[in-house]
Order: sequence, then C-alpha cells, then structure tokens
Amino acid sequence: MMRLPPFTYLAPLSVGEAVRMMADHGPEAMFVAGGTDLYPNMKRRQFEPKVLVGLRGIRELVGVRGEATTGLVIGAGTTLTDVSEHPAVREHVPALAVAAGLVSTPPLRNMGTIGGNVCVDPRCNYYNQSYQWRRAIGFCMKKDGDICLVAPGSSRCWAVSSTDTAPVLWSLGARARLVGVGGERVVPVASLFKDDGIDYLAKARDEVLTEILLPPVDGLRCAYLKLRRRGSFDFPVLGVAVALSLDGGRVKTAKIVLGAVASQPREAVEAGALLVGERLTPALIAEVAGVAARPSKPLDNTDLTHPYRKKMTKVFVARALRRLAGLPDSPENEEEVA
Amino acid sequence: MPTKTILTLRVNGETHEVAVPVHKTLLEVLREDLGLIGTKHGCELGECGTCTVLVDGQPVLSCLALPVELGGREILTVEGMAPPGQLHPLQQAFAELGAAQCGYCTPGILLTSLALLADKREPTRDEIRQALSGNICRCTGYTKILEAVELAALRMSGTPSPSPLPQGGRG
Repeated sequence: MMRLPPFTYLAPLSVGEAVRMMADHGPEAMFVAGGTDLYPNMKRRQFEPKVLVGLRGIRELVGVRGEATTGLVIGAGTTLTDVSEHPAVREHVPALAVAAGLVSTPPLRNMGTIGGNVCVDPRCNYYNQSYQWRRAIGFCMKKDGDICLVAPGSSRCWAVSSTDTAPVLWSLGARARLVGVGGERVVPVASLFKDDGIDYLAKARDEVLTEILLPPVDGLRCAYLKLRRRGSFDFPVLGVAVALSLDGGRVKTAKIVLGAVASQPREAVEAGALLVGERLTPALIAEVAGVAARPSKPLDNTDLTHPYRKKMTKVFVARALRRLAGLPDSPENEEEVA
Repeated sequence: MPTKTILTLRVNGETHEVAVPVHKTLLEVLREDLGLIGTKHGCELGECGTCTVLVDGQPVLSCLALPVELGGREILTVEGMAPPGQLHPLQQAFAELGAAQCGYCTPGILLTSLALLADKREPTRDEIRQALSGNICRCTGYTKILEAVELAALRMSGTPSPSPLPQGGRG
C-alpha cells in the first residue's frame, strides 16, 4: 500500500491568508488545490511537504466570470469539469472546453482544477514511478538523484510538460494573475513557463495562480487535439492548440502551440507567421504543418515512441488547421465531404 | 505516530466523528476507520476509478480525497445506495445481467452510474460510456455493464420493460 506521508494541513479562507501561510512555512510547504496530481506524487514520494496549504476553501478562486466579448475570467480553482461544461467557454473558446474535458477521467475532472492543470508537474517515465521502482533503477535528478536517465550526458532535466489546458491558453493569448506576499502581477500564460523539467514555472514559491484572464474572443477560431494511447486517463503525449482570426477570408492572427513535446508548451512561431495574411488553402496548411513540427523534439521518456510523436505533430497541426478551415481531417477524404 | 484530528463526516446519511491523522485519505478512513469496505482499494493513484464515491452527488476518487477537505459534504458509498437488505435498481440490473465478473470495479461503476442517472434519466450509450470512462474493468465486461445501466435507467424512468431473466433464473 502507498500511503501519503504525514503533513500538517492548513485551510486558509482567502488568498491573502494562503500566501502568508506559504511564506511563513517556507520550502517545507506546498499549495494543493484538487490534489489529483500532487497526492499521487506524494504517495510515490516525489514530494514530501511537511505542510500543505489547501486552496479548496477559498471561494474567490472558484468560478467563471465576465463576458466573452470583453474577456472571460476563470478562477484557477474552478474544476476541469466546470470549465469544460461552462456554456460561455463552450461557445466562445471551444478549444479550452475540449482540452479541459480531455484531462484524465470524469471523476478526476470533478476534483482537479484548471490552475492545477496549468501548473501540473512535468512528467517522465523515469520519474512518475514508485519510490521502490526509482530506487531499483537508480534515482534521477528530478528527485533523489543527480543524473538524467533519459539523456545521461545532459545537465538538465527533460521531463515533459503534460498540461492540456496551458497550450490552449497560450494560443488564445490568455494571461495569468499571480498573487504573492509582495503583491500581485498579471503575466501572459506564454511567460509562465521555463524550459526545465524541474524548475518549470516562472512563479515564486509563495505566489498563487488565482485567475486566468482570457482576451476578448470576438471571431476567434480555436482547436485542440490530443494524442495519447487511450481515449481516457492518459496524459497527452502530444497536444496541438491552434487559435486564429480571419479577416475577409485571410488569416489575421495565428498561434500554434505544441504541448508535451518539451518541458514547457512550445509555440511554433515561424509556422504561425506563415499563415498571417494568407488564405487557409490545403497547400498552405500542409506547408505550415511541416514547419510547425520543427520545434517538436520529443525524447524517449513518455508513452508512444518519440519518432511517432514527432511525426504526429505534423499530422495533428494539419488536422487542427483543416478543421478551422472547414476542411475534412485529411486530404484523402476531401472528396467524401465535397 | 502523527497527531490525530477529530473530523465530522457525513456518510450515507449518517454523521460520523472520527479521530484520524489528516494525511489519511477518504478511502482509508472509510475502510479502516468506518468499516465501510464496499469501497474498493485499487491503484491508489487516481488511475482506475474503483474507489469512486459520490460527494454531494458527484463522483470523486476517494483515494485522492482528504476527509479534512470534506466537512459538511454528503458522502455516498455503495453501502448507502439502497436501504439495508434491498438492492438499488442499478444493483438489481447488474446482478440480473451478470454485469460483474470479479466485481472489484463494481462499487465505483454503480456509484458513477447513479450520478449519471440522477443527471440524465435516459442516457444514450455514448453518454454512459463517457460517464464511465474513468472506471476500468479488468475483466473487460464492459458491454454487460453498459446494458445493465440502460436496463436500470429504463426501470427507474418507469418505462415498462420485460425482465431479462429467463424463467428459473440463470444456471
């Protein structure tokens, strides 16, 4: 049996109280929201905090507020179920509803929060294992060891960003509100991450992610596609988020963001730029998908083989763009629909 | 020995006071402190669904829930689905259709189905499949499970339906 290691549980009722508690307890404390990622990790001794600051009792963190035309605001403590079922999210930012609804399983989504999914600990086949397994094979640098077992010559950790919602939020140009003891700041979701499997968040320890601020989404088209072995349970081994706006049939703005191909979501900047000012023709989509796959450099540390995941990046980007263009998923099927 | 905390939990309509360390999960408290062993202990990591219970009517994973976070919430386990000695229509349908082989996943699936039927009286097969997509049956008896949920839904919505049991029962 794997039991949680002992800890003290604190239940603040406001964000201010939560960040003060975190600052008071220092590195031995961690925040917990839904607990769906942290508790399994604690059972496997990836984390052994002496103090947990529970965010569940903080009402101001829960709920979707505002209007899509001026920008929805999603409390970070809103469950993934509530995000995926929210009428305004479904209507105006369907890619976010889809991504939230594809995280793990229904009961887990009833517990897990969007803030937790954005901040989810990067994963690796050599890391997300029981203590005994890790001890037997030799610990890695992400926990208890000093080398990377995926790339032993490397000085950094290559654990994989495994959030479904962050690539979508990045593609939409969303921002995140962080509140700490020193005050609060609003940063683009795109600058919330660092390319390191251990130190992966550009957020201070005492800062809480309180809100996701979506921009006005007038006329924005967005899509999210997820690759994994099973249709449920699994973390993404590839996520593709695309958001674009059109003006008179031509692309006005475009962002393509890849998930689970690096330690942070990765924007395919060059590919997005190729779309701007152009019409979404099948030929352009094929070209852009090839360019978008370039920043995808998966390593052999998740489910499914890394060459396949790289290959599927191109396929999924093309598929996402084709959907937004109203084309069938693959060129071979074009006649069926036309 | 870690310090114990006294917690009040509402389980199956009854109020329980338990003295437990805060790091004990709801699953552990249900089974070890309240003796409610109908909730099964599977993967312990949120990857199988067999420990599912309802909290305020919503399926949650008891292996990843802390009792300290559940004060004032109504917890329902498989023991509370029907009065003692009786079966809920879902349990009846599962028994009649043989929708359980080893039975280990059954409590979680029954409760998840109960939540689904409270929300949708006549779910489609796809809706049932989606609702149960967090519950693994390692005997892979999924078809009978889906059929049993459909039968229970029919009976619960008052639609007349023939008994699937042949005369004399199953041999």
